Amino acid sequence: MASTSSKVVLDPLVDNNPITLQVLGICSALAVTTTLLNAIIMSLALTAVTACSNGAVSLIRHHTPSAIRIIVQMTIIASLVIVVDQILQAYAYETSKKLSVFVGLIITNCIVLGRAEAFASKNPVGLSVLDGLGNGLGYSVILLIVGAVRELFGSGSLLGMPVLPLTTDGGWYQSNGLLLLPPSAFFIIGFIIWGVRTWKRDQVEPAEHQIHAVHRQEVV
Amino acid sequence: MEAALSLFVRAVFIENLALAFFLGMCTFLAVSKRIETAIGLGAAVIVVMVITVPVNNLLYQYLLQPGALAWLGSPDADMSFLGLISYIGVIAAMVQVLEMVLDRYFPALYHALGIFLPLITVNCAILGASLFMVERDYGFTESVVFGVGGGVGWALAIVALAGIREKLKYSDVPDGLQGLGITFITVGLMSLGFMAFSGIQL
Repeated sequence: MASTSSKVVLDPLVDNNPITLQVLGICSALAVTTTLLNAIIMSLALTAVTACSNGAVSLIRHHTPSAIRIIVQMTIIASLVIVVDQILQAYAYETSKKLSVFVGLIITNCIVLGRAEAFASKNPVGLSVLDGLGNGLGYSVILLIVGAVRELFGSGSLLGMPVLPLTTDGGWYQSNGLLLLPPSAFFIIGFIIWGVRTWKRDQVEPAEHQIHAVHRQEVV
Repeated sequence: MEAALSLFVRAVFIENLALAFFLGMCTFLAVSKRIETAIGLGAAVIVVMVITVPVNNLLYQYLLQPGALAWLGSPDADMSFLGLISYIGVIAAMVQVLEMVLDRYFPALYHALGIFLPLITVNCAILGASLFMVERDYGFTESVVFGVGGGVGWALAIVALAGIREKLKYSDVPDGLQGLGITFITVGLMSLGFMAFSGIQL
């Protein structure tokens, strides 16, 4: 039992990561990662929502008619997101302004609904909460990496503390403005995927079209 | 008229929902392997967005925003915290109604859209458009224009990406980048291209 639980939590971190392998929840991963602080808050919010919604969905899984289960799940998720949104507005107003619509968009974040539908509706409460936690953490790992890279090289600081002294302040680091712009997030995640798949060969997708048959055979 | 036109151009190109705000990315990446399916999904998104953004605008103006319930005799009531759950409810209901109407009156279109209609409920571009509409305080006319523009912009982006990916399968991509990885980098380059519009002042 203990091994199942740890597997459920640890698997989504690298082996079955929601972003790099399941292709879920990418929108917010890209949009809120300009600074590390935003990434941390977003990760906390999403992990909390995923864990709670998985628990709630799993708790009522025997009583939900399958025809209306999506609506039931949506309602649970939307209520949880409203709670998170209100908490953020009360205690972290500045950040919640910066995250703008993306807190609300946790509702349509496919990780939450995807895990509720694929895991929580079939498994007991405890395991479902752990699964939600694991997937939330898997999402957080990617978010934190992207956020750290973008803030460090884009504005030379981490969590608002200057790390690389900028040339504008008399230091030596010329900040890379591209990293603060939307396209850089795509590149960084693309490269993370490349890295992960070079490390874990079994995640590589087969080519749709063979070009150099000989070369491919040598490689594979 | 001029204001509406500039809002439209801004929603389609400068503030493209997919490439500048990353909305609807999951479906954007998953359903862009072939041009035909991309066109079908794009059309469905335009239709749903044109309906839901104005409906949510009315809902916000007459029921949810602070002071909107004055006609019920409670001018201080602020129901805006119920926004999220109402918008997603409207979207889910609209998609369901649209599905039934299409099935009854336009069966050909219904079959062409197939699985994409129900998928649209969880497309964050739709909910995102409604939330932006509230955040930017659009009036009713503006929200109609924004709905059309946002939908067209998203459809344009997904069809363009599908076109690129159809050609991409003939190129020799490194193993680790195969599939998802190279798609991310392609979208990054497209997004870079769309940033060329950002200098336009309207």
